[in-house]
Amino acid sequence: MDIIYFLAGFGILAGIYGVFTLGLNVHWGYTGLFNIGVAGFFALGAYTAALLTTAPPSPELFEDFVFGGNLANTLQLGIDLWFFVALACAAIVSGVVALVVGAITLRLRDDYLAISTLGIAESVRLMFLNEKWLANGSRGLSDIPKFLGDFVTPKQYDLLYFAVVIIVLAALYFVIQRAINSPWGRVLRAIREDEEATAAAGKNVFRFKLQAFILGAAVMGIGGALYAHGFRYVDPMVFDPLLATFIVWVMLMVGGSGNNLGALMGAFIVWGIWSGTQFLPPEINNPNLRFFLIGFLLVLVIMLRPNGMIGERRRVSEGGT
Amino acid sequence: MTSSQIDNNPIRQSTGGQTADSQPILEVRDLVKDFGGVRAVDHCSLDVMPGTITGLIGPNGAGKTTLFNLISGFHKLTAGTITFLGKRIDGMEAHETFHAGLVRTFQIPREFKYMTVLENLMLVPANQEGERIWASWFTPWRIAPQERAIERQALETLEFLNLDHLKDEYAANLSGGQKKLLELGRTLMAKPKMILLDEPSAGVSPALTDLLMEDIRRTQEETGITILIIEHNMRVVMSLCDPVIVLSEGRKLMEGTPEEVQRDEEVLRAYLGFSGEASAAAGENTAHETAPNEAEFGETKAGA
Ligand SMILES: Nc1ncnc2c1ncn2[C@@H]1O[C@H](COP(=O)(O)OP(=O)(O)O)[C@@H](O)[C@H]1O
Ligand SMILES: [Mg+2]
Repeated sequence: MDIIYFLAGFGILAGIYGVFTLGLNVHWGYTGLFNIGVAGFFALGAYTAALLTTAPPSPELFEDFVFGGNLANTLQLGIDLWFFVALACAAIVSGVVALVVGAITLRLRDDYLAISTLGIAESVRLMFLNEKWLANGSRGLSDIPKFLGDFVTPKQYDLLYFAVVIIVLAALYFVIQRAINSPWGRVLRAIREDEEATAAAGKNVFRFKLQAFILGAAVMGIGGALYAHGFRYVDPMVFDPLLATFIVWVMLMVGGSGNNLGALMGAFIVWGIWSGTQFLPPEINNPNLRFFLIGFLLVLVIMLRPNGMIGERRRVSEGGT
Repeated sequence: MTSSQIDNNPIRQSTGGQTADSQPILEVRDLVKDFGGVRAVDHCSLDVMPGTITGLIGPNGAGKTTLFNLISGFHKLTAGTITFLGKRIDGMEAHETFHAGLVRTFQIPREFKYMTVLENLMLVPANQEGERIWASWFTPWRIAPQERAIERQALETLEFLNLDHLKDEYAANLSGGQKKLLELGRTLMAKPKMILLDEPSAGVSPALTDLLMEDIRRTQEETGITILIIEHNMRVVMSLCDPVIVLSEGRKLMEGTPEEVQRDEEVLRAYLGFSGEASAAAGENTAHETAPNEAEFGETKAGA
């Protein structure tokens, strides 16, 4: 029986990574936006959800940090509907930050977006680290409320939350697929292929890039919120660039950039390998080796299957129906 | 000599049934473009009359492509004005000139490589309902009928260009000449008032060049749109264009019928002393896919 709980725990994280790869696929796989700051939107989503829903700490315990939206206890919409409010707010905060960053950089050369996403990710992390009044600094936020936590025993909770993650993931997959397969998505793919030719076809390239950037960021924000409620604890170390940006890129490249099923497959495979390495004998089980393994996998896939495991399933757009 | 170096020379209307007093569809006045220290376009003024297939020729580096980039909003101009259908279009962005009715192709084809030939065309029509980000989620029933109409238009265009058998092929897999046809097809999908073609025959086999010329001529006859063509292949210029504008060092050198232009001393000097007989002979040459320059007016000398 324990293997089931282990698999559920694994599936929760793999599914959350799947949300990030879906978001990154909107950015890179379909539009060609080079976002190397996934961690920033992950953090914004996670902290937004955590701050909104967690009860305020007592001022005696925390001098600086007294905020806590306490939505979980104050928003009485029925059974734990605050969870969806938290997810929506995480998406909105990430989306608004993407709007601001995108409005400034998406008119400029491509490299400006790369630099600024990298910069934003680190700034967000440092802001949550240094502004202790905001989110308790390096000690992090704990006791983030559970969604539907009253209904099952703590042991069974992972199974329940795994189902929640998969449902949210499936909904996002469906929503993104529809948009990508519509004429809107066709414009994004054209931008990915050739921005100037897309402009020559009368498309306002900046507007479409901005929309795609916001959509992908909002999806990443939802991933962050799922993480916060799944682990019920966040601190700035969670949003380390290796585990919060780099590995998402590896997942997308391994699974297949430009294909949402490939993106999800990549998340589960790479996270499977990453999780599997914890069973290695202790003398060779260290994080550097694990990253080396992941990097090696990436090189292998790029050499053998440059389009990833499934790659883009290339076909004609559907009319959204 | 019937030519003139003066930019503001009245335009000769040799053929095309244009009345002398009809308004130009495109007016370029005193256009200047500097790239750092390089002046690519130097106080250039020219008019294009509606319903014509106007040729734009000139030696390499004369500023022809730059002129297209300025007209279509891809480059910001340094000085001057551009008027299209009576409206100022200088200062417009590239996608805005498209909606003003002006569509251009690129000297080197810029197909959307990993999209099918059909998708390359279906992208183009303006005001697509499904291009709104929300549409596929909230109003999908409005997308489907429009997509069917656009697909029909795209298939008709492909038939017109004899590319229909390639509709599901990735554009990346087309030959150079087919890519040029696809570029033409994209401009047709836009239903524009005027199209700017940048060297449509460059790198295209002689057989396909004939097809392309025929397509361009038929397009003009069937739709009445105005076409401005940059072209090196004198065979194409002679049979397709009237009038022909000669550009040299960023300004208009002369304008006239193809015959007048080919006979003109100034023009020959602009092409580095290329002789009239040689150029006529070169014009008869057939271009090859591998060596398209062979038949290009003025290029042989420059490359020698
Ligand atoms: N983007 C650019 N940056 C700098 N110089 C350019 C650019 N585009 C064109 N030029 C220069 O402008 C001049 C005209 O080029 P172009 O318009 O391409 O000539 P043509 O199409 O007549 O062969 C050339 O000297 C070229 O080097
Ligand atoms: Mg050129």
